[in-house]
Amino acid sequence: MKLPLFPESASTFAPDVDHLLFYLVGVSVFFTVLIFVSIVYFAVRYRRRSDNELPKPIHASLALEIAWSVIPFGLTIVMFGWGANIFFRESRPPKNAMQVYVVAKQWMWKLQHMEGQREINELHIPVGRPVKLVMTSEDAIHSFFVPAFRTKQDVVPGRYSTTWFTATKPGKYHLFCAEYCGTKHSGMTGWIYAMEPQDYQAWLSGGRAFGSLAENGEKLFQDLACGNCHKADGSGRCPSLVGLFGRSVQLADGRFVSADEAYLRESILRPDAKIVAGYQPLMPTFQGQVSEEGVLELIEYIKSLAPPAAVAGTTPAEINVNPDRVTSSPSNP
Amino acid sequence: MTTAAIETQANYLNAGYGLKSWLLTKDHKRIAILYLILVTIFFSIGGIFAALIRVELLTPQGDLVSSETYNKLFTMHGIAMIFFFLIPAIPATLGNFVLPMMIGARDLAFPRINLLSWYLLVVGGGFALFAMLAGGVDTGWTFYTPYSTTYSNTWVIATALGIFVSGFSSILTGLNFIVTIHRMRAPGMTWFRMPLFVWAHYATSVIQVLGTPVVAVTIVLVFCERVFHIGIFDPALGGDPVLFQHMFWFYSHPAVYIMVLPAMGVVSEIISTFSRKPIFGYHFVAYSSMAIAVLGFLVWGHHLFVSTQSVYAGLVFSFLSYFVAVPSAVKVFNWTATLYKGSISFATPMLYAFGFIGLFTIGGLTGLFVASLGFDVHVTDTYFVVAHFHYVMVGGTIMAFLGGLHFWWPKITGRMYPENWAKLSAAIIFVGFNLTFFPQFILGYLGMPRRYHVYPEEFQVLHVLSTAGASILAFGYLFPMIYFMWSLWYGERAPANPWGATGLEWTVPSPPPIHNFDEVPVVTHEAYDYSTVVKEGVEVV
Repeated sequence: MKLPLFPESASTFAPDVDHLLFYLVGVSVFFTVLIFVSIVYFAVRYRRRSDNELPKPIHASLALEIAWSVIPFGLTIVMFGWGANIFFRESRPPKNAMQVYVVAKQWMWKLQHMEGQREINELHIPVGRPVKLVMTSEDAIHSFFVPAFRTKQDVVPGRYSTTWFTATKPGKYHLFCAEYCGTKHSGMTGWIYAMEPQDYQAWLSGGRAFGSLAENGEKLFQDLACGNCHKADGSGRCPSLVGLFGRSVQLADGRFVSADEAYLRESILRPDAKIVAGYQPLMPTFQGQVSEEGVLELIEYIKSLAPPAAVAGTTPAEINVNPDRVTSSPSNP
Repeated sequence: MTTAAIETQANYLNAGYGLKSWLLTKDHKRIAILYLILVTIFFSIGGIFAALIRVELLTPQGDLVSSETYNKLFTMHGIAMIFFFLIPAIPATLGNFVLPMMIGARDLAFPRINLLSWYLLVVGGGFALFAMLAGGVDTGWTFYTPYSTTYSNTWVIATALGIFVSGFSSILTGLNFIVTIHRMRAPGMTWFRMPLFVWAHYATSVIQVLGTPVVAVTIVLVFCERVFHIGIFDPALGGDPVLFQHMFWFYSHPAVYIMVLPAMGVVSEIISTFSRKPIFGYHFVAYSSMAIAVLGFLVWGHHLFVSTQSVYAGLVFSFLSYFVAVPSAVKVFNWTATLYKGSISFATPMLYAFGFIGLFTIGGLTGLFVASLGFDVHVTDTYFVVAHFHYVMVGGTIMAFLGGLHFWWPKITGRMYPENWAKLSAAIIFVGFNLTFFPQFILGYLGMPRRYHVYPEEFQVLHVLSTAGASILAFGYLFPMIYFMWSLWYGERAPANPWGATGLEWTVPSPPPIHNFDEVPVVTHEAYDYSTVVKEGVEVV
């Protein structure tokens, strides 16, 4: 019978969290033992020996009160700083991270690689390379939790949340849904396969790809006749989408927003929420006509529309990572 | 002997015997007993759900009940225990009974409102119970949207209505305590002569009055969203599902202090009485209750670190959470220091107080773990959190509730409980509790998510240990229920002050007369002055 007492450690964050654990346990054991020993010692040493004992009252000691307020507070501030440091790094995916889209629904995980591979309740990733997940939910709130990586991020309907990790050890690790999401919540589990880079390349080429996300997005773009209005040269009734991604866009009400994934998603599903300056609110909503996966494909296609000036060889602008994980909030100029 | 004299003396228990004399009573002491019966019923219901959960988790497969039923079990366990047991348990029973007597008052400021609060809890509990019997609710006690508003097909509205109504019970009790403490203290009972139990209840009442309306508003919004689909929480209608979490925890985090502050008040009384010394650092302990009440309103966002809340909000909430640690630590250190050079008796209430300090220390310290951002990302929504809050609520609140019940039982009923059985039960509860919940810390760090009906088999051994502990714990809770009942008929008659305690409630006979004090007491001493109780005392060195 298996009895693990410590989780596997398989990401760059895992040792950091474990070291923080050791500090927390150290401080806690010290204070627990201190309190326990004091109570037992006092209780035995000063046990009542006769019924009419009257101990001398001792009221307070300002020095003691200050000492046992300030010293523990100092120790907890270390806990705060240490934890904040890890958390801050967890919230900033590196620019060169390999991106995977995650769509959660009751009760399964759908994952899409940029190259077009789709997976259900499984995710294959290479060891040693940062992997960034951009996630959304089709229904309730879910949470993407990989204990071996010590990372967890809620997956919320109506917005994109991100998390990232770098696997350090090849292996097969649990993926759990950690936010209660209904009847089969405990069945919403899967596996992360961390592989050596060459094995990962072999897996990528061996798997049946369905076309890259951007290619599928282009097809969808044509099927939905988006190009009728969004003409590439800007002569259409709606703004050109070329070079849009990552740019700052001025709205009709004078605000500026950054054209990130959340903005594109909102503009497809609720076009009248933010009207671009100089244009009329003509676009119909595509809510209910395009699935979450479809929206992601369209976004990838729009990302691939590099401005004419950009020469081949430069990668399309990476999303400007907002330290706020909420990517749906409009940013100020 | 005096037995006959006590029996013939008029007291609140022999003042009337009919059902009407209880159900229409305006006596805070009788209302306290009505509450005690009500919360015991809900504790038993919640306990049965807990037992079923633990038995189901003996095996990794979901073989005892279906997933649907399992989800309803943990939801209803939480709802019964939190809203209908833990929140009213100490304030509405022990607080109701002894708080007015402690400050020398004849009743609470608003006796009719006090009775109304009880009826509101009955009505609220009735809705919740109806929902449970009609088919149950499966949202988790936290009611997270959009699951609760859009996807759950269970009795969400009936349950939410029950919580809504019982919230008013809580608000009215708090209001009653605040007015009573301000206006009805006996001559000479200054603020800093009040027992710390009263301070703790004052702080609790402030939270009840300010916090509970927010959960009421939140419930109304859930109702509107579920019935009229108005788009507050549903993203498809332009709503924000995470907004619910902010509103819910704005109440529900302070609610943790509604549960634990009165427990701390009980422990202060017990520690002082059974070491026959004033609480070390009385002023610091009193102020720390107020500090916890205020700071408790500033930390709700620490439940939302991975919710897509902004990173900077997370930093602020984590930082503020550590401020709560200081007043909590101050209390624990001062209780421990009170024992120094005291005259320590090991009566049952004191054993519970020791148990409280031990378990609350672990519960509080693991609170520091989950307040640390990078650590919480890993353990939030796992069994680590489950273990942490059970250490605080079961290890803290229930230990103190039982300690307080033993402490004031002679006053409430006029009878002594059987001391040896009581000590045995206290020991069983302490051992059973730790065996139940300590393995869950390890489970949580291993990554076992909470609210899982089916789980990977490598977690089984720890789950079996936890279930074994829960079985021991169940016996520990059954014993007091039995011997307390037994003592009502066969217990030794209790004198006015069996423990040599100092509170005004111990200056009147047990059980107390109808109006508590025949003459308004005049207070000339600070709290916990044992020279007033132990005449011709022997100095201890």
